Amino acid sequence: MTARPRVAVLDYGIGNLRSAQKALERVGADAVLTQDATVVSAADAVVLPGVGAFGACMDALRDVQLETVTHDAVASGVPFLGICVGMQMLFDGSEEDPDARGLGIIPGQVKWIPSSVQRPQMQWNQLNIRRDEPMFSDLGEHPWMYFVHSLHGVPTDSDCVTATVQYGDTLNVAFRKGNVFATQFHPEKSATAGLGLLHNFVASVKS
Amino acid sequence: MNSDIVARVIPCLDVTNGRVVKGVNFVDLRDAGDPVELAARYDTQGADELVFLDITASSDGRDTMVDVVSRTAEQVFIPFTVGGGIREVADARKMLRAGADKVSVNTAAVQRPEVISDIAAEFGAQCVVCAIDAKWDASQNRWTVYLHGGRTATELDAVQWAERAVSLGAGEILLTSMDRDGTRDGFDIALTKAVSSAVNVPVIASGGVGNLQHLAEGVTEGGATGVLAASIFHFGDHTIAEAKDVMSAHGIRVRPVG
Repeated sequence: MTARPRVAVLDYGIGNLRSAQKALERVGADAVLTQDATVVSAADAVVLPGVGAFGACMDALRDVQLETVTHDAVASGVPFLGICVGMQMLFDGSEEDPDARGLGIIPGQVKWIPSSVQRPQMQWNQLNIRRDEPMFSDLGEHPWMYFVHSLHGVPTDSDCVTATVQYGDTLNVAFRKGNVFATQFHPEKSATAGLGLLHNFVASVKS
Repeated sequence: MNSDIVARVIPCLDVTNGRVVKGVNFVDLRDAGDPVELAARYDTQGADELVFLDITASSDGRDTMVDVVSRTAEQVFIPFTVGGGIREVADARKMLRAGADKVSVNTAAVQRPEVISDIAAEFGAQCVVCAIDAKWDASQNRWTVYLHGGRTATELDAVQWAERAVSLGAGEILLTSMDRDGTRDGFDIALTKAVSSAVNVPVIASGGVGNLQHLAEGVTEGGATGVLAASIFHFGDHTIAEAKDVMSAHGIRVRPVG
C-alpha cells in the first residue's frame, strides 16, 4: 500500500481522543478527529473511542449525529474499532445505565465486573487470547494491555469474544464480529503491545 | 492482596515553566530538563504510568504545561496524569484534550469539593485523581490535610477527606506523606493503610521512597496498588526494571519490562 490509510476517529466531545489519534499516526495511519459524516464515509477505517459513563457517551454520540454515521461505517465493511466505552457502546445496553440504548452492533449486554475486586480495574493486565485473530498477530501469547473499567461485555454469541483477562472473574475484553473489532483495554495507552495491535488494525485496511 | 491486582510503578516529574525541576541523571539524554524526553524514556524503561506535577506559579507557565502535555501525547503511549493548577472543569478539559488521561486536583478540591464532581460528571471518575498531602497530628490523633506543599494546614482529616473525595467522584487517590516526603525513610505505611482500607478506589502511595524495598512495602503493607517515586529514578539510583524485580520478589504482580 502506498498511501497512508485514512482513519477517522469519531470525535463527540469526550476526554482524551488525541492519544488515539497520535497512536494511529505512529503506526502509519493518517488519523483525523472528526464528527463530519463525509469525512467518516471517505475513511479507510473508523475508530470509536470512549471514556466515562455509558449513558453519557451514548447521549454525546447522538447529540453530534454520529449514531447513524457509526452504523453506516459498520455497514460499509471498513475495519471498525471500538475502544473502552466505545467498545461497550457497540452492545445493546449496559447495567451502568439500564435506560440508555446502545448501538446494538454486537448483540449482548455490558455487565458489572465482580464487586469482590477493586472497581474500576485500573491497571495493566495480561490477555488470554481465545482464538487466532489478525489483530493479535505478533503480540505474543499473553500481551499486557492497560485497563480502566468497571464493566465488561457479555455478548449473546460467546464466539465473538477474542480475548479475556482474569480480574475477580474471567472478563471478556476483546471482540470481533465481521469487520468490527472492539477492545475493553486502551491499545493507545498500552505501550509497544498496544501500538502493535493498532498496527495490525491499520494494516487490515485493504490496499 | 488479591492475586489479580497488578501493581503500578509511577515516576513523577515536577515541572515548572515547561522544564523538569531538579536535574535528572540519565547520562545519555539530549536534554535532561525536557519533560517530554524524560517521559518517553520512562515509557521505554517500562514505567506503568507517569505523573506530571506542574509547580509553575504563573498562569503563563501553565499554558506551557498544555504544550508539554500535547507533545508528550505524540510520543508517549502509556497513561499519564497532570496535576498542579487544575482549578475548574475548563482546566481539566484543556489538559485532557491535549492528551492527558487523568488530572489530579488538590488545593482546588479542598477549597471547593464540587470541582471533583464537576470534572467526574463531564469526563468520568476514571480521570479524576484526588491528590492529598497529609501530615500526622499527634495532638488530634489523626493525619491532617495540608495545602501548598505542606505549608498550610486545613481542618480536614485525611482519611475522611479521601472518603469524601471518592464519594464525590474521584477515581483514584494520590496520597503523599508530608512527614516522609524528601526523607528517603520509606512511605508512611500507617497512613497509606488507613486510606487504602477506607476507600474502594486505587491508592497511589507517595512520599519518602529511598530504596526499592520501600516500593514493595507500599503495596504489601500499605495496601497501595500504585507506587510513586521521583528521586530514586531521576538520579539514576535505580531503574524501573530493578524496582519491578524487587516488587516481584516480594510476591507482587507487576507488568514485566520489555
